[in-house]
Amino acid sequence: MDRIAPRDPAPDHDMPGSAAAPKPRKRADTAPTRPVFPFSAIVGQEELKLALLIAAVEPAIGGVLAFGDRGTGKSTAIRALAALLPKMKAIEGCRYHCDPDAGCALAGDCRAAETGHVVTMPVPVVDLPLGATEDRVVGALDLERALSQGVKAFEPGLLARANRGFLYIDEANLLEDHLVDLLLDVAASGENVVEREGISIRHPARFVLVGSGNPEEGELRPQLLDRFGLSVEVRTPEDLPTRIEVVKRRDAFERDPAAFTAAWAKEEARTRKRLLAARERLADTRVPDAMLEQAAKLCIALGTDGLRGELTLIRAARALAALEGEAEIGIAELRRVAVPALRHRLRRNVLDEASGTTRVERALAEQFGP
Amino acid sequence: MNAPAPATLPRGAEAASTPAPEQDSALAAALFAIAPAALGGVRLRAAPGPARDAWLASLKRLLPGAPLRRVPPTLPDERLLGGLDLAATLAAGRPVAERGVLADTDGGVLIVAMAERLPPGTAARIAAALDRGEVQGPAGVEPARVGIVALDEGLEDEAPPAALLDRLAFALFDPPPPADAPDAARIAAARARLPEVTIPEAVIEALSATALALGVASLRAPWLALQAARAAAALDARDAVTDADAMLAARLVLAPRATRLPAPPEDEQQDQPPPPEEPPPESENQRQPDQGELQDLVLEAAKAAIPRGLLAALAAGQLRAKTAATGKAGAERQAAQRGRPIGARPGALGGGAKLALLETLRAAAPWQRLRPKGPGRVAVRRQDFRIRRFKHHAETTTIFAVDASGSAALARLAEAKGAVELLLADCYVRRDRVALVAFRGTKAELLLPPTHSLVRAKRSLAALPGGGGTPLASGLEAAHLLAEQERRAGRTPLLVLLTDGRANIGRDGTPGRPKAEADSLAAARLLRAAGIGLLLVDTSPRPSPFAQALAREAAARYLALPQPGSGALQRAVKEAAGG
Repeated sequence: MDRIAPRDPAPDHDMPGSAAAPKPRKRADTAPTRPVFPFSAIVGQEELKLALLIAAVEPAIGGVLAFGDRGTGKSTAIRALAALLPKMKAIEGCRYHCDPDAGCALAGDCRAAETGHVVTMPVPVVDLPLGATEDRVVGALDLERALSQGVKAFEPGLLARANRGFLYIDEANLLEDHLVDLLLDVAASGENVVEREGISIRHPARFVLVGSGNPEEGELRPQLLDRFGLSVEVRTPEDLPTRIEVVKRRDAFERDPAAFTAAWAKEEARTRKRLLAARERLADTRVPDAMLEQAAKLCIALGTDGLRGELTLIRAARALAALEGEAEIGIAELRRVAVPALRHRLRRNVLDEASGTTRVERALAEQFGP
Repeated sequence: MNAPAPATLPRGAEAASTPAPEQDSALAAALFAIAPAALGGVRLRAAPGPARDAWLASLKRLLPGAPLRRVPPTLPDERLLGGLDLAATLAAGRPVAERGVLADTDGGVLIVAMAERLPPGTAARIAAALDRGEVQGPAGVEPARVGIVALDEGLEDEAPPAALLDRLAFALFDPPPPADAPDAARIAAARARLPEVTIPEAVIEALSATALALGVASLRAPWLALQAARAAAALDARDAVTDADAMLAARLVLAPRATRLPAPPEDEQQDQPPPPEEPPPESENQRQPDQGELQDLVLEAAKAAIPRGLLAALAAGQLRAKTAATGKAGAERQAAQRGRPIGARPGALGGGAKLALLETLRAAAPWQRLRPKGPGRVAVRRQDFRIRRFKHHAETTTIFAVDASGSAALARLAEAKGAVELLLADCYVRRDRVALVAFRGTKAELLLPPTHSLVRAKRSLAALPGGGGTPLASGLEAAHLLAEQERRAGRTPLLVLLTDGRANIGRDGTPGRPKAEADSLAAARLLRAAGIGLLLVDTSPRPSPFAQALAREAAARYLALPQPGSGALQRAVKEAAGG
């Protein structure tokens, strides 16, 4: 534990027997102080953008892994997506910014929920710094209150801050394995369970996990790879016009963020509408049995372990269909998401140079024709 | 938006008159002082000494009143981003936050000493602060618009983490003391003018094209070059960026990042189609000629500034090893001498033990009501002390030194390659690093600096050609150097030498078997003296007596490459590495 995170105003979710110490403080941790580059203005990187949109429509997909070169705007894309999402309603003072309509997940324990005040806040994006300690990630004993009042209270960590938002890990491949394990566990279950130092608490932690890294600097263990929902390969554009466009837009944005954002506002609104409509439509998007069969066939042909491959494939295809406004999944959707959904799940020989991408593409061509 | 017609300038004239390094060094300092945060910073690669101090002093003169902080590379996060103030916390009995160095230096320059030792985690946090211009401190988001001066004292291919270097506009290699630097008033005037400076489209295009032609992959580079060009225009009290500014930016920002030589200039291949780095012409109409010429000029300027050594290396086709070395250094030097913190345990202070403050306070907290109040607010007893524990990195780096000479190639180079591949799979299981040194002709060559990436190892092995003499001594020496370097970084080196033992090129590159053999034996003795583990795999058709003698001198395990399979070899490496 290295740092004391900013504390939130209401002392909720305390251990039984703790004394309340209301200390109104300004909440300063999630509000971005700088304008964010518009999502629609990002040049190229179509695969990454699509994967992020799918994850935003269907968070159950289990996170996105973006592997590739430096300086390609991975972090920009994630921040931009979060800013694109409409502000969310949250219970005032709730440390996990629970949805007032759903009620606090810790109903009964949460004192903030009783006040019934609702605030709106931007969708949080939390950075997980390399070298973060477990304490800081999952939360720990609130030291200040333990010292000043001798009570045991829980101090939420980064996972609590990321609830209902995004958790971004740069250089996920350099993160210690046990932390990645823990993050993936929480991301999959949507709940953070803390059992330490006499604290026993579980709180909601539903977030979209986005990891990035450069494979040349170290590989991720296969067990961990498999647990990311989608994986995308990010490359720097090699053609000159694209590169010029990237530099121009970045320069225009840095010179006058407000004007640049305004110029893209219409496009942003369109993407936002598409995203929200897709969320609405998701539950009603049908998955025909024939497509389930196709997905299963594809996974068998590729020899992916377990059923996670099929599940992710179907979920991603459904989210894509919802984004496209289709009523049900078709072959086209399956084909588009198959590579990001499956390429990191293939059993591989460490020395086999044929990348997952080519193997999945080959299998697709065999099954569905070129 | 047309650029001023460069037709008046003879092509390449600007580039040919390469400015004196004193001027470039002064210009880099001046441009950086105009907009430290926008330009990211300067990598100052030089040994400590009066020249480096003079450069820093001149930078300081240009930034009167701005905070200028110097920090060591091993800065804990509490100090970098903000954290607990130890003294105040104990006195007050509650955690007292303290601002971090980055927030404290807002609007100024942070000088990182010995940046080549910067742990990748710290570099990542500095990089994030550079990207966002703010840090997430203990008391919320604080502005941190800083520029970084990375003092790089690295030897050979030691370098600061790539994540940081990518964000620093300038790189100065052994800069001389700046000559006729502008004064602080002029810098301040330029800073005020900066937001007004406009950039013609042609300059943006020329800088992007130049970056691509020089093989600079990161898109940050052309953008940083643009910022440098803008600062240069402001320094000259102009409202628009000119071609000269663009050429200056290409020289200072893009040239040091070059990873390949641009295609030869047009005049040498007039009857051929335009070189690929040119944008697809024709479709763009009247601006086309200007733009093309400006690109050439900018490219020429950058090319002229590429260090001579790099040119030679690029021309010799050693590109892969070179870029890998500079690009990957960050991740590779991650094992700090002290290892990774792995929590705390109860223990006594002293003997270099570090107090884990928070854990100590946490241990004391539940007892506060029971303990009599002392003078301070917190009663901490000896039994509450928690000290930090560090895990020592016992990582192994397996260095393969492969004899790729003609005799070895004739014999069993393919089999040796197969054996190395088997061993690589084994290294993957143990999460070892691997490095590849090959020797043939007259010298040894580092094909692959230590890496975790097995795919790269396999690729460079597959691309290894055979032929030429056997400079065995040079091969041993190169592997030895690399092993020492790894050991300094806190890892355990293990050498695997694959050779047929027919040394015929001496250490100095001269042919002659007796001298070559004597040199090899001497190199082997040095290995033994340094205590570096060696496994010698004899690839000659029949076990070679000289290889056996060499193994004895180096106190190495000797193994004749088994016929026909290479399974026995794999077992041998396992044993040599201690299972």
